[in-house]
Amino acid sequence: MQGYLWFVGKRALQLLAVIFFGVSATFLVTHLSPISPVESALGRMTARSNSAPEAVQAMREALTAMYGVDEPILTQYANFWGRLVQGDLGPSMIAFPTPAMTLVMRALPWTVGLLTTSIIINFLIGNLLGALAGYNQNSRVLKGFGVIAMGLQPIPQYIVAFILLIIFGFVWPVLPISGGFAMNVTMGWTWQFVGSVIVHSILPAASLVLVGFGGWFLGMRALVSNVVTEDYVTYAELAGVDRSTIVGGYVIRNALVPQLTALAMTLGGVFSGTVIVEQVFNYPGLGSLLIDAVGGGDFSLVLAVGTVSVTAVAVAIFIIDLLHPLLDPRVRAE
Amino acid sequence: MSEDLLKVDGLKAYYQMDYFGVTREVRAVDDITMTIRKNEIYGIAGESSSGKTSFIKVLAAAIRPPMRIVAGSVKYEFKGLSVDVADATPAQIEAIRWRHLSYIMQGSMSVLNPLRRIGKTFEDFAKKPLGLTGEAYRARVLNHLERLKLPADVLNAYPHELSGGMRQRVTIGLATVCHPEFIIADEPTTALDVVVQKEVLGLIREIQQDMGSSVVFVTHDMSVHANMTDRVGIIYAGRLVEEGPTRQMFFAPRHPYTAHLVASLPRIGDTTQRPALDGRPPSLANPPSGCRFHPRCPLAIDKCKTDVPPLVTVANDHRTACWRWQDVKPLVAPQVPHGVMA
Amino acid sequence: MFSVFRDLIRYNIEFAIGLVLVSIIVIFALLSFVSPVDTTLIYLVPPDMPPSWQYWFGTNSRGQDLFWQMSTAMRNSLTFGIIVAVLSRIISLTVGLLSGYVGGWLDRVLMFINDIFVAVPIFPVLVLFYFVLRNNLDSLTLALIMACFGWPFDARLIRSVALGLKHREFTRHAVFAGMSTPKILLQEHLPYVMPIVFSTFMANMLWSIGLEVTLAVLGFTNINNPTIGTTLYWANNHSAMVVGVWWWIVIPVVLLVAAFIGLFLLAVSMNEYIDPRSRLRRMGA
Repeated sequence: MQGYLWFVGKRALQLLAVIFFGVSATFLVTHLSPISPVESALGRMTARSNSAPEAVQAMREALTAMYGVDEPILTQYANFWGRLVQGDLGPSMIAFPTPAMTLVMRALPWTVGLLTTSIIINFLIGNLLGALAGYNQNSRVLKGFGVIAMGLQPIPQYIVAFILLIIFGFVWPVLPISGGFAMNVTMGWTWQFVGSVIVHSILPAASLVLVGFGGWFLGMRALVSNVVTEDYVTYAELAGVDRSTIVGGYVIRNALVPQLTALAMTLGGVFSGTVIVEQVFNYPGLGSLLIDAVGGGDFSLVLAVGTVSVTAVAVAIFIIDLLHPLLDPRVRAE
Repeated sequence: MSEDLLKVDGLKAYYQMDYFGVTREVRAVDDITMTIRKNEIYGIAGESSSGKTSFIKVLAAAIRPPMRIVAGSVKYEFKGLSVDVADATPAQIEAIRWRHLSYIMQGSMSVLNPLRRIGKTFEDFAKKPLGLTGEAYRARVLNHLERLKLPADVLNAYPHELSGGMRQRVTIGLATVCHPEFIIADEPTTALDVVVQKEVLGLIREIQQDMGSSVVFVTHDMSVHANMTDRVGIIYAGRLVEEGPTRQMFFAPRHPYTAHLVASLPRIGDTTQRPALDGRPPSLANPPSGCRFHPRCPLAIDKCKTDVPPLVTVANDHRTACWRWQDVKPLVAPQVPHGVMA
Repeated sequence: MFSVFRDLIRYNIEFAIGLVLVSIIVIFALLSFVSPVDTTLIYLVPPDMPPSWQYWFGTNSRGQDLFWQMSTAMRNSLTFGIIVAVLSRIISLTVGLLSGYVGGWLDRVLMFINDIFVAVPIFPVLVLFYFVLRNNLDSLTLALIMACFGWPFDARLIRSVALGLKHREFTRHAVFAGMSTPKILLQEHLPYVMPIVFSTFMANMLWSIGLEVTLAVLGFTNINNPTIGTTLYWANNHSAMVVGVWWWIVIPVVLLVAAFIGLFLLAVSMNEYIDPRSRLRRMGA
């Protein structure tokens, strides 16, 4: 137990460092741009109107004060962190004056829910089928799966989402293709709401699963093919140990360890798939929010989404890292 | 004869491969006939790639395609159970595995599942063959561990937490907990330092005497054979070339190859250079004609190049496959190793 | 070397299919060098014409011949992928070899940086870059940014190989003989790592082109530069599916999927071939 706490402590420090650097990088990117957020916001606001020059100037001063761009960069940086810890990232422009953070927090559960579900499905089913395929090299059914996985895996998320949209939106409209829940249902922990949420998440989750599952399948199959040649597996087979025990306790358990590491490493990339899928299916998550923010030139909101996503991914990786020693006793010894 | 535990008759096991347009047949085991009796330690000696590992795998019913038994039989006579590995059903083989026939594998480092506690591994291997549950099972396992001088809490440990020597003892314990009648020990002391080697060998001998099992001991180390075995069989290029009681084999070998193996043992105080055989072990895919040893044999004559010498009995229990067995002399006077029972 | 190639084609069906697909795509992309039309201009030919003998891929709503458009787009996308892959290979090789071989504090620092890059989700960052750079975000800049994110995984892989090599006999001999570290890394260790570099090269291309398509479809790149992604962007912009100009969407998608599957099959089969254990397994050992 002592060792485990030490391990958690070390990883937690690493987590904080990652968040710090990641969020700082986000800050740097947005604040070192040649385009002033004040000017671009102004540009948007005055684009289709005829404002008097004094009004524009007043707006400019107000925006400058709000964004704090007239101060030296280090002061801005300090202010940024100061406000961030309080959870304040300024008001959003596209939904003025709602604070950006509120919008982000509203969208976060949708994305987290969608991602968690699809990642878990992908990981479990992909790895399980991959393991069986790696162990039973001669099964035709599993070989067929392999071919399908190989065919689906390289296809970009967008296309799969789009194809699903066409199939279920126009050709065979049985599933809803838009929104997080039906429009006539009120939010709240009722069966109606929860059911609606689930039904609406089927297509987005399906797009994520169809593309992601192949990678896990192929990876696990290769890993298992290697593990099967290890001495301890051969010995167990020689001794007549139960087939299911070998597959479960000897093969899968050992192959799962590197897969867990792989999961942590791919989390950052899964996010990009989500953005597209949310956009195609109009799902109210962080992805759609990000796109709206960029489209609307909303500086604070873009910064907010960036910060929160960096933090969320880092925390998720941290959690997965914590699972590692539980699975592999050799890690505990470090 | 009820003294025989294992009867191998005309066994041929080949690797038959056909890939990328190339057909290859590697004759790993090429016509071996021998018997192993109850309560004896039988050593199998030979160089690497002599086919002895493949032979062992056949005995352990552990071969897989592309290796197949092409001819012959491997008949076990356990208490009330007769099984011929060459044509047994998987169910029959499952019935003898571990309970009657077990295997100590080479390399204790990696034969234990690194993610599983020793106790769980014991359960996986031994619970079903023992047919015991609960308290009876636990008592049996703990009893066995005591015999091997292993502490009871080794059952809670993971393999990486144990030393090499302890791991080897655990592996031996795993293989012997069901008191099998036939144990195959595949190079169990290779890659161990001499102190641990002595321990392990002593352990195996104790267990064998305790349980009255037969042990097939495979190693290329002749001094281990001298120390441990009752009889030795020499395998060269997939064939059995000589077999007999250990003392006789060492003091009066009847095959040039055996003479060389015995002569290769170092002696304290001897400063002469060891004679070495030139050439290398033959490829099993394309073995030499006639007697397979003839390219390297100092006694080879024309007949050896064309005719395969059969195994003939030259003395009590002593067989050899050489046309000129009467001319074979030991190359150096064998020194009696310490510890061999006179 | 050539016989290896021949064997692969004859006995590894995945390699053969992959090679055929990729060759078709590459030849198609190379055609763009002899294109008779300037693909950045619009309204050159009658718009919305379905595929015919005159216009093999039809024309789109912006009055462009889709055949030459796709050819240039393919060339740009492939070039983009290759640039990113090459740049990120260089970074991952340097980091991986140095980190694995030198070890110590350099290893810790590099791996720490590596972990940070792994944890930061690339997509929001790319969107951020678009947000601040707007039209200044051309292909090359995007490629540079992506290269900076594409190295962490492979650097770790190379590092573990380098760690293994460090303790081998020939490395110790080289050090003892006085070989300098860069020389050891380049001359002795590099050949061991090349197989990984080759297979990850293609995987990296897939990743970067896929990311570019995703960004472009959302309109977050320079949409005047013809690539597969921007083609899809414009098709969406003109509501191609709804209007009935299906070839504007279907043909780029088919080309993209073909290119991806081809690259993927090549990567997988080369990977399998290079790893001797998987070769033996194919033979049933």
